[in-house]
Amino acid sequence: MTYSNQPLIKIENLSYAYPRRGSVLKAINFVLHRSERVVINGDNGAGKTTLLHLIVGLKKAKQGDIIGFGENCKTEKQFNQLRAKAGLLFQDPDDQLFCPTVLEDVMFGPLNLGFTKQQAIEKSLQTLKQLGMQGFESRITHQLSGGEKRMITLASVLVMEPQVLILDEPTNALDEKAKMRLLNVLQALPQAMIIISHDKIFSDQLATRQLNLQDGLLTEASNPAVAVA
Amino acid sequence: MSQGLEHSLTSWSGQALKHQASWIDAIDARVRVVCSGLFALVVVLSSHFVPTLVGLLAAFILVKSSKLNIKRTLRRVIAMDLFMLTLICVLPFTTPGDAMFSVFGFDASWQGLAHALLITIKANAVLLVLFSLVATMSASTLGHALAHLKVPDKLVHLMLFMVRYLDVISQEYKKMRRAMQARAFVLRTNQHTWKSIGYLFGMLLIRSVERAERISGAMKCRGFCGRYYLNDDMKMRRVDAIFGFAFFCFLILLIGLNIDDLFKSTAD
Repeated sequence: MTYSNQPLIKIENLSYAYPRRGSVLKAINFVLHRSERVVINGDNGAGKTTLLHLIVGLKKAKQGDIIGFGENCKTEKQFNQLRAKAGLLFQDPDDQLFCPTVLEDVMFGPLNLGFTKQQAIEKSLQTLKQLGMQGFESRITHQLSGGEKRMITLASVLVMEPQVLILDEPTNALDEKAKMRLLNVLQALPQAMIIISHDKIFSDQLATRQLNLQDGLLTEASNPAVAVA
Repeated sequence: MSQGLEHSLTSWSGQALKHQASWIDAIDARVRVVCSGLFALVVVLSSHFVPTLVGLLAAFILVKSSKLNIKRTLRRVIAMDLFMLTLICVLPFTTPGDAMFSVFGFDASWQGLAHALLITIKANAVLLVLFSLVATMSASTLGHALAHLKVPDKLVHLMLFMVRYLDVISQEYKKMRRAMQARAFVLRTNQHTWKSIGYLFGMLLIRSVERAERISGAMKCRGFCGRYYLNDDMKMRRVDAIFGFAFFCFLILLIGLNIDDLFKSTAD
């Protein structure tokens, strides 16, 4: 991690096809560098979520390479290591929050990384505090509001201290207030990000680079976003 | 659906039965689970009225001391007793014995009635004990207690996941049901209704499977590889030991009441 120009995630020649929908991604190339925030635009069903799932190995590519943090990932074990460094935030928070209480859910990741119970609890409480969600640890996950659920899922990803955040429509079904709160939190984070969002205002404020995914091809967006220092 | 009876599994989201705080809450969850399990075993295997009635009495005492909301508890008990009512109606006719009365040439027997009543008392006693000892803890506590009692991990996880996602699935069901109602769908006995309801449940099943896949993906993203951790330590304390011992003595008493000779010698 000494040289800053080594890409965090590099995708080479990646293709994917669904059995009955034809090819969704055609030989895609993509590079994510340190402290970049890349927004991927595209129509519904263009394959954006598929691309994100391919990056973390939830789907297996038909062809092409995914090089995460300098290692070419092929096996489940390699992807497992990649996933610890590249945290994926799902579209629907309910998919992610599967433990009865908030604290259990947030500490699920650290425990899997091999931390002791005590360390996991400390890390979780610290992350919750960092996101302004202190006092939520003993709440029941399915009784939270949409905005709260989103923040808790973010906490459950951040607690693993990833170097890359992958966000799949993070503003989905959030009201303006919750959206602003999320935006503020994300802008303050140091991690590189890959973001899918249909919310133009939201993504324009975050993006350092915008890409279009259309007809299975990933291209630079024609209208460059406001550059963020 | 009927509001009067407390039955709806779909609205349950793993919370404890409504009750005020009591000394039973302070007892270790494992002790409560084991005690109620043993109690059920002893009562169900009893063959006389006396031990089952004593068991029922004990159940009443436990319900009283766990400060359950009586109205809501009663509703749940009635839901089960309606089922027991059919048993009382049917069993006398199917059990051979001394005739009590006859309907259309079928004889109802005293033995059958006694048998049905015995089963009803047993069921009520076990149910009430479960309400007071087990239902007063939340489902996640129960899951953890079971895990500490060395119940297989897979079963415990199945239960914890069910608690978490039952609510989500029922939301999904209600959402689709409302969408149907919004398009003027009314339940009738015709083919259209059967087909639509079939679609509804089929869709529910498909959505559940898809959600399960997404959840599994989300878990993998956080480094899950088959091992699930529970985050509490359960410690036995004095009060647990005392309760456990007292309960155990009571069960011995129940078993003792079941010994045939005891009654024969007093009857002679």
